[in-house]
Amino acid sequence: MSKTKKYNSSAIRSGGQLKSIKRYGLLFLLPTAVAFFIGFVWPFLRGIYLSFFRFRTLRFTEYTGLSNYKTALGDQTFFRSLLFTTAFTVVSVLVINLAAFFIAFALTRGIRGSNGFRTIFFMPNLIGGIVLGYIWKIILDALIMEYLGSALALEANYGFWGLVILVSWQQIGYMMIIYIAGLQNIPGEYMEAAKIDGANSWQLLRHITIPSIMPSITICTFLSLTNGFKLFDQNLALTNGLPFRDTEMVALNIYKSFYESTTNMGVGQAKAVIFFLIVVVISLSQLYFTRRKEVQA
Amino acid sequence: MKKIISIFLCILSLCLLFSGCGGKKGSDTGKVYYLNFKPEQDKAWKDLAAAYTEETGVEVKIVTAAEGKYEETLLAEIDKSSAPTLFQISGQISLESWKDYCLDLKDSAVYKELTSDDFAIKEGDSVYGIAYVYEGYGLIVNKKLLEKAGYKIEDINSFQKLREVAESITARKAELGFSAFTSAGLASSSSWRFSGHLANMPLFYEFEADKITSQPATIKGTYLDNYKALWDLYINNSTIDPKTLTSEQNDAAVEFKNGKAVFYQNGTWEYGNIASIGDENIGYLPIYTGIRDEKQGLCCGTENYWAVNKTASEADIKATLDFLNWVVTSEKGTTALAESMGFVSPFRSAKPVDNILCNIMNDYVAEGRYNVSWAFNFTPNVDSWRSNLVSALAAYSAGTGDWEAVRRAFVDGWAEQYKLSKQ
Repeated sequence: MSKTKKYNSSAIRSGGQLKSIKRYGLLFLLPTAVAFFIGFVWPFLRGIYLSFFRFRTLRFTEYTGLSNYKTALGDQTFFRSLLFTTAFTVVSVLVINLAAFFIAFALTRGIRGSNGFRTIFFMPNLIGGIVLGYIWKIILDALIMEYLGSALALEANYGFWGLVILVSWQQIGYMMIIYIAGLQNIPGEYMEAAKIDGANSWQLLRHITIPSIMPSITICTFLSLTNGFKLFDQNLALTNGLPFRDTEMVALNIYKSFYESTTNMGVGQAKAVIFFLIVVVISLSQLYFTRRKEVQA
Repeated sequence: MKKIISIFLCILSLCLLFSGCGGKKGSDTGKVYYLNFKPEQDKAWKDLAAAYTEETGVEVKIVTAAEGKYEETLLAEIDKSSAPTLFQISGQISLESWKDYCLDLKDSAVYKELTSDDFAIKEGDSVYGIAYVYEGYGLIVNKKLLEKAGYKIEDINSFQKLREVAESITARKAELGFSAFTSAGLASSSSWRFSGHLANMPLFYEFEADKITSQPATIKGTYLDNYKALWDLYINNSTIDPKTLTSEQNDAAVEFKNGKAVFYQNGTWEYGNIASIGDENIGYLPIYTGIRDEKQGLCCGTENYWAVNKTASEADIKATLDFLNWVVTSEKGTTALAESMGFVSPFRSAKPVDNILCNIMNDYVAEGRYNVSWAFNFTPNVDSWRSNLVSALAAYSAGTGDWEAVRRAFVDGWAEQYKLSKQ
């Protein structure tokens, strides 16, 4: 689709303009490239490099080969946090996307006050994770004490569902906006033609709506998936891993092994590299699978 | 056009070049950069620094790390080209992680001002840390309420007696209108009082019995029964239901201030928060454990030691040592330490402080009672160890867990964290 659009402006093609754009293109890229290098590539490479060292500060480092990776992979808490994170991500991706889709669906039916509802649903997304975690901790703690006679910090179960509720509450509104944009872009003729052909509302949803908003689904699952895996603030503020380290997600586990270590922060660094690889593999395969289902409008 | 662009680029790259070199030029007089640990003294330090600059012309920069974020802040700052010249370490364990940066202070003037070597972190003949404040914790008592309940503070001289008083208050709680103990909150703002300070009691006696003077790889938990007895006493005679200990809403200081409870386990630093009940009503008791109650004093110690950054330039090191010496000897410095910061500091020219808890603490020492030193300074991976202990305590108190889990967090947790910390 992009091929046809690339040279559609004949003004650029004529004269020497294209040539000079080609010549100076790299030059114009320079500021961004420099910023990208300083802000991303260099720290990233440095991080990988450091994962092979035993260190506390950057002035005194000692090369230890793969020993940090061995320690990281032998750490039970790291595996437990990976399992917890996976379970959390699966549940939260499902809840967030289903809820966001249906709210978006309802709010594109032309109900009175749709715009007001959209704003209200979107608003939780504007509050920072730490504040949110703290507020929800107080709310949930009070509810659990009142009705279950226990506390958030006492049972991992409560922590898990607490996190799901908190993150859903925060992210549904955001995903909803993306779904609404997708739904509004479905050409009316499709619906009309399908209706004339006698499709019922389920068939409309299944065969017209969902295939047409596949790009929205791709981006929303991608966002909620990576958000779920990388969740940190909310985890820190809501449960801080309690009880014991049962509700600790990977990012928090890495943070703790980094900062709570009094001798070697390299293990935390190695965990971060492993975590990066996992997130990349998962999100790329998700992109690959949902992209295949996208249709061209 | 091309020319303009290349001129622009040349200027840009020159700018980059110069900004890279900009930070390097240093002055001969040296500068002081103190990364302060205690947020409540931030303003006092800044005022003192300004006074010093005015007097000597030496620049003193004070930065205070956020509560509980000292280690992280220090890690981030120490690698910078203008790193802190003065920072703090919290004890022997912390020395191990920061040794590469700690200057040997044995010839410094400030070390010679210390009243006792107990207040320095030493290794062999070398001195790496100098305590600038020492503190003591125990049971702060509201004497007025205690009298209302029919007891005198002098009556309480053992764990047995403490329990008797507490249980009798609990039995008449409705009639009296207050409880024996403030809430033993296990949320992070308060849990250190029990996972750190209260846990120090069994640790101290165990280390004393086993003659342990450096960080042990394992502990036995010999006196955990005494810890349990104290904890049971705290939670069963308190203002709140033991199930709600982890709630963020508990605020023991407020309960104490408002006369809701007689006993409040905390330290001399808490004076400002509770002073409103009146000095004549404030009493201070050792945390009796039933082990050696007769001559027991408070738990005095410190986890605040100054350390000077070895990697700083010579001029900066000199400026820092001069500044420290000025702080502990000059009129302005000692006044600020005692009055604006409220520190009982272990220096020869230290001034008395206006804090009844500190005065009572000194009385105990003068009486010849033995000090329960801060054995918790040996805790390996202290945050992780404490947080597991808190989880276990919370579950035990709520009835969802048993004491065995607390014992495991305490004893096995120590060995585990020790091993992890040596990786």
